[in-house]
Amino acid sequence: MGLRHVCKLTVFCAIVLAASAISAPKAASSYVVEGRVKVEGTTTKLPLSKTANIKVVLNGGEQLTFIRPDGYFAFQGVTAGTHLLEVVAMGYYFSPVRVDVSARLHGQVRAIAVETRRTLPDALVLEPLREEFYYERREPFSVVGLLKSPMGLMVGFMLVAVFLLPKLMDSIDPEEMKRVQEEMRNQPAPSFSNLLQGRST
Amino acid sequence: MNLQVLQQTALGVLILCSIWICCDALYEDQVGVWDWHQQYIGKVKHAVFQTQGSGRKRVIVGTEEDAIASLNLRTGEVYWRRVLGEGDSVNALDIINGKYVISLSKDGSNVRAWHLPDGALVWESLLLPSMGSVASLLVLPVDINNDRMNDMLIFSGSMLYALSCHDGGIIWKADLQALREDLVIKKVSLSSDGTLFGVGFSDVSGLVIVEIDLRFGHIRKINPVGISKALDTKELMLVNGVAVALDAAFTTVVTALIKTGGDVKIVETLLSDLVSAEVKSAQILSTTLEGAVAFQVNGKVVVVKVDSATGQLDVLEVFESSVVLSNSLNVVESKHATAIVEPTEDGGSIGKFSLRVVYANSWSVDAAKDSVSLESHRGLIRKVFLNAYLRTDRSYGFRALVVGEDDSLSLLQQGEVVWTREDGLASIIDTWTSELPLERDRHPVSEVEHDLADWLRGHWLKLKATLFLASAEELAAVQALRLHSSDKTKMARDHNGFRKLLIVLTKAGKVIALHTGDGRIVWSVLLPSLRAESGISKVPLKLMPWQVPHQHALDENPVVLVVGRSKGISDSTGILSWVDVYKGKELRSSKLNFPVKLMIPLPFTDTSEQRLHLFIDDKQKAHVFPATEESLSLFLKHKANVVYHIVDKEKGTIVGYTIKNMVDGITEGETDGHVFHTEPIWSVIFPSETEVISTVVTRRPDEAVHTQSKILGSRDVLYKYLNKNMIFVATVTPKAAQHIGSATPEEAGLVAYLIDTVTGRVLHRVSHPFMQGPVHAVFNENWVVYHYFNLKMYRYEMSVIEIYDQNRMGDKGVLQLMLGRHNASSPVSSYSIPSIEVKTQTYFFTFSVKAMTVTSTARGITGKHILVGTVNDQVLALDKRFFDPRRTVSPSQAEREEGIIPLTDAIPIFPQSYITHVHQVEGLRGILTVPARLESTSLVFTYGLDLFFTRTAPSRTYDSLTEDFSYALLLITIVALIIGIVVTWILSERKELGEKWK
Repeated sequence: MGLRHVCKLTVFCAIVLAASAISAPKAASSYVVEGRVKVEGTTTKLPLSKTANIKVVLNGGEQLTFIRPDGYFAFQGVTAGTHLLEVVAMGYYFSPVRVDVSARLHGQVRAIAVETRRTLPDALVLEPLREEFYYERREPFSVVGLLKSPMGLMVGFMLVAVFLLPKLMDSIDPEEMKRVQEEMRNQPAPSFSNLLQGRST
Repeated sequence: MNLQVLQQTALGVLILCSIWICCDALYEDQVGVWDWHQQYIGKVKHAVFQTQGSGRKRVIVGTEEDAIASLNLRTGEVYWRRVLGEGDSVNALDIINGKYVISLSKDGSNVRAWHLPDGALVWESLLLPSMGSVASLLVLPVDINNDRMNDMLIFSGSMLYALSCHDGGIIWKADLQALREDLVIKKVSLSSDGTLFGVGFSDVSGLVIVEIDLRFGHIRKINPVGISKALDTKELMLVNGVAVALDAAFTTVVTALIKTGGDVKIVETLLSDLVSAEVKSAQILSTTLEGAVAFQVNGKVVVVKVDSATGQLDVLEVFESSVVLSNSLNVVESKHATAIVEPTEDGGSIGKFSLRVVYANSWSVDAAKDSVSLESHRGLIRKVFLNAYLRTDRSYGFRALVVGEDDSLSLLQQGEVVWTREDGLASIIDTWTSELPLERDRHPVSEVEHDLADWLRGHWLKLKATLFLASAEELAAVQALRLHSSDKTKMARDHNGFRKLLIVLTKAGKVIALHTGDGRIVWSVLLPSLRAESGISKVPLKLMPWQVPHQHALDENPVVLVVGRSKGISDSTGILSWVDVYKGKELRSSKLNFPVKLMIPLPFTDTSEQRLHLFIDDKQKAHVFPATEESLSLFLKHKANVVYHIVDKEKGTIVGYTIKNMVDGITEGETDGHVFHTEPIWSVIFPSETEVISTVVTRRPDEAVHTQSKILGSRDVLYKYLNKNMIFVATVTPKAAQHIGSATPEEAGLVAYLIDTVTGRVLHRVSHPFMQGPVHAVFNENWVVYHYFNLKMYRYEMSVIEIYDQNRMGDKGVLQLMLGRHNASSPVSSYSIPSIEVKTQTYFFTFSVKAMTVTSTARGITGKHILVGTVNDQVLALDKRFFDPRRTVSPSQAEREEGIIPLTDAIPIFPQSYITHVHQVEGLRGILTVPARLESTSLVFTYGLDLFFTRTAPSRTYDSLTEDFSYALLLITIVALIIGIVVTWILSERKELGEKWK
């Protein structure tokens, strides 16, 4: 896959799990859990070599393995019971997977994504819940953005006050204006003592 | 509750939160402005060169830190690196066909092939080797299964596997256990006619030789060789068809000549005859030499030539124990070269070494001889790997890769050090930070002018960048200015407290000071008192601040105390070493005559600002340091208040002790320091059938608390219960003490305790059934946040406990406050009966956790972030407001006002809140947070195999302008405004004048 490869928008990873008992006599109750993480192109800027560092972790660090270029991985010596599988991949957010290895069914595996509580079907397809971008994106310069900022709004209001309010004054009928001013003069200014006594006229 | 509704609310909250709390996220162009990331690999134990062919020359190394890496041979840079899991340590490494790197790990159970150029895993093969024996890898010069690739052989114990190098498939396997119970194969060789010989030990008959068919793995013959003496089954060497072993009494060398017919001829040689001295101790060294074997006899290294025809032994050379030999390297057909590195006469301490290369057939003649000088803090050379190259005059030149005593890796060529990697930094044990010295000299004027011009130019460029007028080159110049600002790398204290020295102690006993600005090494010192001495190695344990001079003491340097112990069989006494933090020199050291079980820094300092320390030995006696009269009188004054506790995880007890009378130096034989008797005053015993101590966490001693109270939206007050002597203890059921998957939900359970360490009183106990460890916890102010696994839901959970003081709830009256009758400022006493109120809440969390801590700021005013080192080796910053037990699904108006986030079942994870952004700190082990002098900011140092440093502002930088604030824009605006005022003034004057003339 070259760098010029047209990256698909969807990244899907499939974990196919199957298990088989090891034929060793002393470890009869341990099984091999095999799976697959399939990554087809990314939209992130991470270099391709990063996919080589995708790890799969069993039970919070008890075992760890890397994925092969075809996405396969395997854990050896897994006991029957319930286990936790985590995928470590930079740039993706994976849900941990609960894996039940059945002793009765010779290591048959049932898997549930714990985050979504979705049981994964036999041919399991697990998508990372999302891609992760670790950086805040800088907003490109835009006039609208500038105007929306607090400073922009203040400037806008000032412009309105300076240019539009005088126009508004002009539009008022001068006679009307005079009348209002007269009225205001007749009304006594509210004095401090009035305010204190809670009276109003 | 309806799940869908919950999900919808969760989504709603998520969107809301992302608007509110996208805290402190980073823009891409800010990378590297105040953070740095360094990659290390650890102490190298295997190395394979890849220098043939036209490709880039590289060396593949396997390390003690379970890493496999490909290094550029010219510069030492890492091309790629894979860090294997815990316990998956590398046993052997090889390159096949110049295409694949083969690694054998986990005692031979994992065989992996990595693509040489980029380190992608090609195939992986899981084997079942015999447990407990050393696994080896042998690349065969033949192709067994005709896939046009040479194949390999893996053997450990009684198992032999032939593996295809093409896909890792098992061609055949031979289990010799069926033939002979206790057979352990040590070495395998291929004879010229294609027969495989395996030589090993069997307890019954001593040496056993097995003949195996190479193509099908059939065992043709198993040949036990009767030897009169019992053999030392630790090591066996195979030299040109001759097996060499030592007897168990270390007196005789047994050589066995193996012939294809099946005959074995035994020759016994007395070791004392060989070295012509009495033999006290002897062992075979694992170095493989062509036609020779290296022994260590009486501490000296003896190289002995083995005659393959007769089995006769001849001493080639005797070296001092400090010599290091490389494995033989096949240069051309019959020429096998070996590198010999010895310190010169007075060497070792000054780092001068002689590097000799000899050919096996002419041992006495040096093929090359160089003298090399390494920096003195590298110590002795511990390992050497040899590589040859063809010179232009068709002769051979040699380069050697050497591993120093300080775990560093250097490449030597023609007597010069080509490059050095400080790989000891991959194994940091403890860290501490120190302030830099004050700036004493003012800068000369010319420099200021230069700075001013630069400053103006920088801001002009920045302004252009903000206004999107800058060209690509100018943008690059701006970025370069930001990254390489001399301001951040200066060796002096800064106003904001961002520049500090990070003092780290590594596993090799080296103390290194890193500058927080760019992560460069300021000084490093390999502590002489922690170097191995007459065969006894020493283990560094802890780093403690010893003397921190106050801000204006210009002539005093801070001193750090390094505590270690010797690693003898019976003797594990403590070692103390004092290091000057500015000079990077060991000031003095002291060997204690007791083992140190516990180190307690006391909260008092003497007049020279040396901190008092209490060391507890194995007999529960307390030693006061520094051992001066002044410190003794100071300690005696506070003796009654000193209480300490010892956690015994094996017995499941926590015992509190108090200091009693002083030990009489003459009668009881204690001579150094002031020694005190102690007495247990309380103990907490956990029932061993049901509870095992998993985690114990204390509050930081240097933690700053801004306020004792919390004011709620309803104008009510909650008083925090701020008791410095409180510990958080988590216990789990014995079955749940192992990893996940080992216990069923019914068998698991977790109990969390809050214990007062002065009285031993259990202040709070909460039981979590169906939960299991590992438990990670952080204890700060009056709250604990802890992380564990829920086996019922099969998810990780995090819980918070907040503790409030009920005793103070009553006095809220203004009058009481005014009259000073409140007790808000009275100290908390452990002896008063506490009446505490505990609030708890639990949330789901996605990841496994490797480390957990909390940000710390100078005065504790700023909000807190909980820093979580996740399984992805990233550090995630989680706002403390998510861990608030007062969160409800629908908070009231007053609670919303207070900033309470609506309750969700899981802690949301925003990718922008990873403070490590695109970096991974592989093998993450610890996170250190240090307050900067600027209140809003906390410095974060994360270490594992990698190092990562950054600074974080949990409540954004409210007390300073952001780094990309444009001063130029501000200036231009002011100038424009002034011009505007002047112009309008003139215009208005004119207009007024015009009006008046009318």
